[in-house]
Amino acid sequence: MEAFEYARPTSKEEAVKLLAGTWGETEVLAGGTDLLSLMKDYASNPKRLVSLSGIAALKGISSQPDGDLRIGATATLQELIASPIVAKQYPALVEAAHGVRSPQIQSLGTVGGDLLQRPRCWYYRGGHGLLAQHDGKSLVPDGENQYHAILGNSGPAYFVNPSSFAPILIALGAKVRVHGPSGAREVELSKFFRTPSSESEREYDLKPNEILTEILVPAPGGAKMAVYEVREKEALDWPLAAAAVVLNTSGKTVKSARVVMGHVAPIPWPSPEAEAALAGKTISESVADEAGKAAVAKATPLSKNAYKVQLARVATKRAILAAAGGA
Amino acid sequence: MPSCKYDWPAAGQRKHIGKRISRIDGPDKSSGRAKYTYDVNRPGILFAKVVGSPYAHAKVTSIDTSEAEKLPGVKVHIVQGVGTEIHWAGSEILLVAAPAEEVARDAAQRVKIDFEVLPHLVHEEDLSKVGDRGKPTAEQKTGDAAAAFSDPDAVIHEGYYGSAIIAHCCMEPHGQVVEWTPDGNLRAWESTQNVSGMPKEYADALGIPVTNVRVMTPHMGGGFGSKFGADRWGSECAKFSKAVGKPIKMMLERDLELVMAGARPPHYAKVKVAAKKDGTVTAWESDSWSTGGPTGGGIPPLPYALNDIPNVTKRHTAVATNIGPIRAWRAPNHPQAAVLTLCALDDLAAKLNMDPMDFFQKNAGLGGERADMYRQELTKAAELSDWKKLWHPRGTKIAGNVERGLGLSLHTWGGRGHNSRGTVTINPDGSVEVAAGSQDLGTGTRTVIALTAAETLGLEIKDIKVSIGDSALLPSGASGGSTTVGGVSSMTRRGAIDAREQLFAAVAPSLGVPPDQLEAVDGKIQVKGSAAKSVSWKQACAKLGMNSIKAEGKNPGPCELISSGVGGVQVADVSVDIETGLVKINKMVAVQDCGLVLDLKTAESQCYGALIMGISYALHEEKIMDNATGRMLNPNMEFYKLAGIGDIGELVVHMMTGPGYDERGVIGLGEPPVISPGAAISNAVANAIGVRIPTIPITPAKVLAALEKGGVA
Repeated sequence: MEAFEYARPTSKEEAVKLLAGTWGETEVLAGGTDLLSLMKDYASNPKRLVSLSGIAALKGISSQPDGDLRIGATATLQELIASPIVAKQYPALVEAAHGVRSPQIQSLGTVGGDLLQRPRCWYYRGGHGLLAQHDGKSLVPDGENQYHAILGNSGPAYFVNPSSFAPILIALGAKVRVHGPSGAREVELSKFFRTPSSESEREYDLKPNEILTEILVPAPGGAKMAVYEVREKEALDWPLAAAAVVLNTSGKTVKSARVVMGHVAPIPWPSPEAEAALAGKTISESVADEAGKAAVAKATPLSKNAYKVQLARVATKRAILAAAGGA
Repeated sequence: MPSCKYDWPAAGQRKHIGKRISRIDGPDKSSGRAKYTYDVNRPGILFAKVVGSPYAHAKVTSIDTSEAEKLPGVKVHIVQGVGTEIHWAGSEILLVAAPAEEVARDAAQRVKIDFEVLPHLVHEEDLSKVGDRGKPTAEQKTGDAAAAFSDPDAVIHEGYYGSAIIAHCCMEPHGQVVEWTPDGNLRAWESTQNVSGMPKEYADALGIPVTNVRVMTPHMGGGFGSKFGADRWGSECAKFSKAVGKPIKMMLERDLELVMAGARPPHYAKVKVAAKKDGTVTAWESDSWSTGGPTGGGIPPLPYALNDIPNVTKRHTAVATNIGPIRAWRAPNHPQAAVLTLCALDDLAAKLNMDPMDFFQKNAGLGGERADMYRQELTKAAELSDWKKLWHPRGTKIAGNVERGLGLSLHTWGGRGHNSRGTVTINPDGSVEVAAGSQDLGTGTRTVIALTAAETLGLEIKDIKVSIGDSALLPSGASGGSTTVGGVSSMTRRGAIDAREQLFAAVAPSLGVPPDQLEAVDGKIQVKGSAAKSVSWKQACAKLGMNSIKAEGKNPGPCELISSGVGGVQVADVSVDIETGLVKINKMVAVQDCGLVLDLKTAESQCYGALIMGISYALHEEKIMDNATGRMLNPNMEFYKLAGIGDIGELVVHMMTGPGYDERGVIGLGEPPVISPGAAISNAVANAIGVRIPTIPITPAKVLAALEKGGVA
């Protein structure tokens, strides 16, 4: 990696002042499990790293007076797994953390970092840029796209959002709080992710000199929830498809549902079609299967990833069944 | 059988041989005391990095290193200069070196090289798209396959099978530390399977006498067939070091290790096989193809293992590609040939409605010399896998989403011990050393040398010092072809027997019997069968006075202590999720012979490691090459997928030992158990879901695609 300056501020305000106004000049360092590998691969060459490790206000997991759960951006996956509040009220978040099959990443990786990690697209990581452009066109549609997007893939971005937590947090109605030069702002997580249309854009609604400070998750109020990931390996491996489901039920009937798929599109992919297929129904194998079908009905697979349509459908079905079967 | 001076102790007289003995370098390795090439640092050392070609086929038109050389202490060494035609992406154009490793990496990024880009080919699976890169070889014929296929009673199966290109993925990557002494000698610490042969590699490349080169490999982290040569990066590093007058360390980073330091060639074939209605296989016909990189590559041994099929016709096409060079990979070509053969025969058994266990028992005779061992091993594997209870006809639908299946494969290998020389030294203070220019790749070579010497001298294993991994010692062969254990154990046995004889001669007068009436047992030299008339090992050695005993051991040598030719049978028990296409290993059973087992624990370890490696290549591993850029897309441990602990299921290993095996002497084991997992797992998946996944690795994408066309779904 190229030589860089290292700053370790102790407040949000100080951190923001240390960040440049354009992408690439500076980067925010949390657990470093993604950023450092990008730097070692020369895919990211910042002149300054701004570490968040000295900012107490970004740490911790706690219940707020209004019943929301507050997850500090630098809370680690391990802290999430160990949190009694999370285990009791948001079991699907713990499941999602366990999906990251590396104790090392669970120890160092942060929840904020999970949301902001860059795509794992091998063209991007191999030095072809976020949009994998080569001679003016993307390498992905005619290339090795077996792990790429099946939804939201009309271009120019074909990668998949790699976050383990975004689908379930969106399904739970979470917001993120962001701090920038003009103070704090809140964004619905469902509106936070975006598909970039040029190399100079990022995959989320954050300015180069803003930091993610916390994630706020509404009280689940008895909702049933689950995540389901299809991974080739039990050992550390990226999911081929994933789904998160939150069911609000009245007796056995679903009043409303939130279904969000992961690893299928450049952004976490909510499925109003699957949600509609569940509303007013009693969950059964066939109802869940219909919802799974609805979730992928609009999928447009690339040359080598048609199998992911089936996997996304099954992940959705199994997440629904797991949620319904859960407490 | 005439008794011979050099032989192995009989079954009842073995103190160490055949027991489960922990490897003697285990504590050093687990504590970090063991030093690998990576750990070697020399005063003033520079760290070198490779700048490789970004193109799979191109000509170098200009090189500009000026920006790189602005970084502190950076030196540059051109490997393939302007005008050179490059044949694979990653091929070394130049090396950069700096006193700090991170600076060398940054410098490599600043080198600017221009190329004239030429057309490349990086995919060979679709033979119709390789154009004139494919070169057919001559047809080979035995018997009359055409006549056998036209027999009206013949049951015929035709299919397509293959295995993708994979890497060696050694835990320790390739590389070396090189240093020139002021008097013009080269010293190289090298991760190599070939310590004694390595000086010649350097001498030839550098034009210096072989006597001026010394190579050291105290410990190494695996080679699997990929570490026999000094390699261009090694000899160029030595030239670079000489030019700059400083020692240089260059270990390949994981990306280059995967890109250019080892690839197992892919093999594909269209296969046609026939049997009589009773299951007797009568004919084989195959059209196979593969690539060895730029040069086309070798021919798979077909039909594999059951190679006495009476009527055989086979043709092969070698495809020249720009994927980089291939290297021998643990049992070269055998795992691929096992997939092509054993999967085709398994499909034929299914067509005959035969249980594969019965089918392969019936056809074991086609295995020639190995036939009886195959029969015994099939029986044992059936027992250990609970085959009779768990096997079902192919594709029997079970309720739910998960289908379970069993499959088997068998394999053979040579494994005759290589040429080996070494010295066995007994010192007047009682200390014992065995020294040889061999190497321990992680297989347990040190341990078998120590236990053989201890067994022969009536000592404990801890009493033996083993010195290997240095080309200054007497030469041993390269560790390839599963030849090391036979070579070093017979060398040690002969040397230790000769040394013992000299010690007996020194001790005999004091015990009042001729030397041939003595034996070395439990740390004593005693009159045979009479523990009362004895002296301790230390007392005995003290009688040597000032003179150590130094006996040279050799293989080959008088009396046969080794032989060649092993068999093995493996059963895979898998579950397939037919909704996701995910394959889970429930259990793998490996039944293996290798003659006389010296250390049961390290022998079993070889099989466990082979099963894990086999599960990886059967389900996950593939070098993914990008058609447009000609580059490997997954040169990392993230997308070059290796099985982890949760992916391997239960592993059951059974070594065939005792009468019928022990008297064959020592035979190598490193390679054979890695041959069968691909075919066994593929057959188990076919049994589970009722349809063949033609190529390995068996990924969810392939399983779902196959299920769309048929099977249980």
